[in-house]
Amino acid sequence: MVKTTEEIARMANVLRLHVVEMTTEAGSGHPGGSLSAADLMAVLYFRVMKHDPKRPKWADRDRFILSKGHAAPILYSALAEAGYMPVEELKTLRKMGSRLQGHPVKDKIPGIEMSTGSLGQGLSMACGIALAGKMDGKDYRTFCLLGDGELQSGQNWEAAMFASHYCLRRLTVFVDRNRLQISGCTDNVMNIEPLADKWRAFGWNVMEADGHNIDAIIDACDKADKADRPSCVILDTVKGKGVSFMEDKVEFHGKSCDCEQNECAVREIMEAIEK
Amino acid sequence: MKLAQRNYYGKALEFLGKTREDIVVLDADLASSTKTLDFLKAAPDRFIEVGIAEQNMIGIASGLAASGKTVFASTFAVFATGRCWEQIRLAVAYPKLNVKIVSTHCGISVGADGTSHQALEDMAIMRALPNMTVISPADAYETYDATLAIAEREGPFYMRMGRSDVPTVMPEDTGFTIGKANVLVDGSDVSLIGTGQMVHACLEAAEALRKDGISAEVINMSTIKPLDTAALGKSVGRTGCVVTAEEHSIIGGLGSAVAEYISEEGFVPMTRVGTRDTFGESGTPNELFRKYGLTAGDVASAARKTIAKKR
Repeated sequence: MVKTTEEIARMANVLRLHVVEMTTEAGSGHPGGSLSAADLMAVLYFRVMKHDPKRPKWADRDRFILSKGHAAPILYSALAEAGYMPVEELKTLRKMGSRLQGHPVKDKIPGIEMSTGSLGQGLSMACGIALAGKMDGKDYRTFCLLGDGELQSGQNWEAAMFASHYCLRRLTVFVDRNRLQISGCTDNVMNIEPLADKWRAFGWNVMEADGHNIDAIIDACDKADKADRPSCVILDTVKGKGVSFMEDKVEFHGKSCDCEQNECAVREIMEAIEK
Repeated sequence: MKLAQRNYYGKALEFLGKTREDIVVLDADLASSTKTLDFLKAAPDRFIEVGIAEQNMIGIASGLAASGKTVFASTFAVFATGRCWEQIRLAVAYPKLNVKIVSTHCGISVGADGTSHQALEDMAIMRALPNMTVISPADAYETYDATLAIAEREGPFYMRMGRSDVPTVMPEDTGFTIGKANVLVDGSDVSLIGTGQMVHACLEAAEALRKDGISAEVINMSTIKPLDTAALGKSVGRTGCVVTAEEHSIIGGLGSAVAEYISEEGFVPMTRVGTRDTFGESGTPNELFRKYGLTAGDVASAARKTIAKKR
């Protein structure tokens, strides 16, 4: 079951392929912030997380909460590849009657722990899950993926204070620091720096890592596992990573590819997979 | 006899703390006022102080409930619903999680603290949420029973109560059936439908009307949603007119819920007693009830006016 670095990197690209194809098929969605999180999601679901698609409610499973719910396509892709649902179902994204709603809905597909999509709420939910684990003497880990623009929302900092106060050491947060949000660069829309200092000031174990380096992500996860405090890993990422014409382009935050773009994107990702 | 509902909420939580391992109680720095402090004494490990952070409190409640806990989250009504409405919507109501949002200090009976602390809109905004049950017990005894009842029933609940001592109108230990109205006085000329402490005002109004030869039926509508339309329809079928009474805006609460049902079922004269599209202010509860039209006399005059409209 444990995959090598190369296999995880390949899986990340398989997830990218799904993201591009499913959002193109849907005619809408958020490919940019899904692609930037692909390497992390491959690491979590195929290396770090203790989980079992045959027992999605297993009491001791590690939990994952996608606070940046608009990146639903990357979560759906990871769940499908991990065996929580058929891969073919990814094509139903955002369509009437589909389990793949525009933003994740708790238990709609086994493995979706919480309903998200309204930014700023996922970390509080993750804190509640981590707290329940602590109260019950369980050792499971709770992982939460936050967008960087999302950190402009104050509720995150209420939750950051809470996690530290209650010493939720089994909680690990990742910030997808791709530096772009709908209206432009986070530095211009509302500056969130100095980001690492902020988390440190709230009492967290803070790490910074290249969000597209599989080993670096694994290493950060391992360090977080041993921490005596909640951990925050700020992942330096590129929005649209893996498709050259989408990379670092704000317009692909909430827009899918047209047919021609889809063809180019698929070709580029396929080349990376086959390499 | 007058008793504070929140004291009995605290007593019920204390009992639950001792008897149910799955109960967790959250508060946002108001435990001594909401009386969740009684739970802290009974089950200190399962009382979670979240600080003055209501939005986070709802998210925490949601995560705990998703992990198998039965969660009570309490603070003043205005903060428990208004500050975190959208959090309640996404994190509690939509996924139907087992979270009981129980607020104290609703309405203008909060008194001297003034508008910032007087929730007159909470039932309206909670009632609008799918999957949410809304309860407004009439007195301390009913509050105790309702607390135990909602702890037994899986799913999202909102329950409100005031700050001050209120007259008891329900017998002790009668139990509480979610969604069931109680007819306290039978009558034939008008249905007085009250909720919360306004049930007592309805009883007083019925007594005053009786002296004038008017037979008023009094119903305690302690579940606002789902509304007991069977009891309502039966009563209105007999009396032919309705007065609702609530310590809440006439927009969106009990009056609106009853009016929605009455107007869809066929027209009968109706009057809503409640605050009239206005904020409150500082004052004693009695002064404020007089100024904002929430006395038994206001209910009685509404009844006379409504009866006169019957054909």
